[in-house]
Amino acid sequence: MSGVAQGGKAAPSTAWERIELVRNKLRPTARDYIPMLFDHFTELHGDRLFGDDPAIICGIGRFNRMPVTVIAQVKGRNLEENKQSNFAMAHPEGYRKALRAMKQAEKFHRPVICLVDTPGAYCGVGAEERGQHEAVARNQMEMMRLKTPIVTIVLGEGGSGGALALAVCDQLAMLQNATYSVISPRGFASILWKDAGREKEAANMVRITAEDLMEFGVCDAIIPEPMGGAHKNPQLTAEAISSYLRKTFANILLKPIDKLTETRYIKFRKIGAFEE
Amino acid sequence: MLDDLFGKVKSRVKIAPEGEPAGKVSVPQDMMFKCPRCQKVEFMENFQVGGKVCPHCNYHARLTAKERLECTVDGASFIPYDENMRSKNPIGFPGYLEKISSLEEETGLADGVVTGECTIEGQRCVIGVMDSHFMMASMGSVAGEKITRAFERATEKRLPVVFFTASGGARMQEGIISLMQMAKTSGAVGRHSDAGLLYITVLTDPTTGGVAASFAALGDITIAEPKVLIGFAGRRVIESTIKQRLPDDFQSAEFFLQHGFVDMLVERKAMRKTLGRLLRFHNTEEVRV
Repeated sequence: MSGVAQGGKAAPSTAWERIELVRNKLRPTARDYIPMLFDHFTELHGDRLFGDDPAIICGIGRFNRMPVTVIAQVKGRNLEENKQSNFAMAHPEGYRKALRAMKQAEKFHRPVICLVDTPGAYCGVGAEERGQHEAVARNQMEMMRLKTPIVTIVLGEGGSGGALALAVCDQLAMLQNATYSVISPRGFASILWKDAGREKEAANMVRITAEDLMEFGVCDAIIPEPMGGAHKNPQLTAEAISSYLRKTFANILLKPIDKLTETRYIKFRKIGAFEE
Repeated sequence: MLDDLFGKVKSRVKIAPEGEPAGKVSVPQDMMFKCPRCQKVEFMENFQVGGKVCPHCNYHARLTAKERLECTVDGASFIPYDENMRSKNPIGFPGYLEKISSLEEETGLADGVVTGECTIEGQRCVIGVMDSHFMMASMGSVAGEKITRAFERATEKRLPVVFFTASGGARMQEGIISLMQMAKTSGAVGRHSDAGLLYITVLTDPTTGGVAASFAALGDITIAEPKVLIGFAGRRVIESTIKQRLPDDFQSAEFFLQHGFVDMLVERKAMRKTLGRLLRFHNTEEVRV
């Protein structure tokens, strides 16, 4: 499968321009894409342990008639929606709900599709009390050995551990302008120069674009966006996502599951820059 | 003239040396220990004799990897793994490799993680120790690879793993590569676990960020040393989110024991015996006898 963007003919924009683009209020969210990508989407609530976290929605739908489990971080597009979804910053119960949905997918041999779009896992008192660290860690371990295919697509912001907890997968794709990083440019600037105000400069240094991540072997494919960004034509963007998913499933659904989990392990296993 | 008494003081006379807050008595750094938890000051000698534990509040202070191995493993049983692994600079972070070289000289370590094989109370195991004196033992490619290999070797040799964790989190200087080390190490823990093998994690000061949120959280048994800091997010980050000061014991070992994320608190002086007992419970050869 070709990982090169075919769409955007404009010159590649800088990392900072992309950050502005993905934080744009008009950018389509998972809530916009889900009805365009899946038929009969049916949401399932709750982690069966503590509560239901609206920052992550989980459910079952049909992709090209095949039942799939969908797990998505949902940003709001106004304050009201964001109050509801906590700006897509999940609490531990959000990650545990996601894990519950994945285990269910494994039981019923459904592929899992994760749609990532978050500034990061929530940092707060309740999140610590309920073990945010443990929830994020467990998802990585369980996803690595989950006996069903997992495809993750970064729609906008891939914020650190909060994104990774839905991104241990067989194939990771990013929308053309999406970013994925270990730390926000703001945080990076404050470490590097002790000056959070230099975030723009930091953004262009820390290597967070889809092309950067292809180079590091973290991202497997780039999904083209319409000229000017996904919000210019959400329908067209959804079609590009859909076409990517069709191609990817045609490939990975043929593989025996043991082969698939082995390949998944190796995909992450080989990432690192060291010498000896 | 009397009015002057009520005027604003525009300048004060400095009574302490430059750079030190006024009113503080300056003592040679290596003579006294000031506890970061209870703020009490103790003679360094008393602090050292107690195994670097605060005699007032029982805070278990940070050890170097060498000190930790000395007080944990049997005699000369430690055989190190991957001692010569060195970091590269994947995102071209300015001054990164220079920083590592200078820390190498300062600490005698090539990175903040030491791994190898040893016996503890006669029980053979793979051991890992993180040393916060090396760039806060943040996890980049070298740490990620060494930890992953330690679990893989333990899986191959069918050995339990004991890991003393301490870290500021993922190593930001390596960008996204450091984030991937979280998935890599967690995956290796999963395989070790699938092989039916024991993993004991000992959370020491501080276990935070990307390390707390990956392999450190995944032990079959989770021990913490008293009063140490554990947590996902930094305290200041949370305080700025909620615009409130957090209680002092927030994110302490005791806090996580209470909330169900730690099995037990174990004092340093009892650590070796406790680990030995736990390892023996899971030693199938001994069970058969």
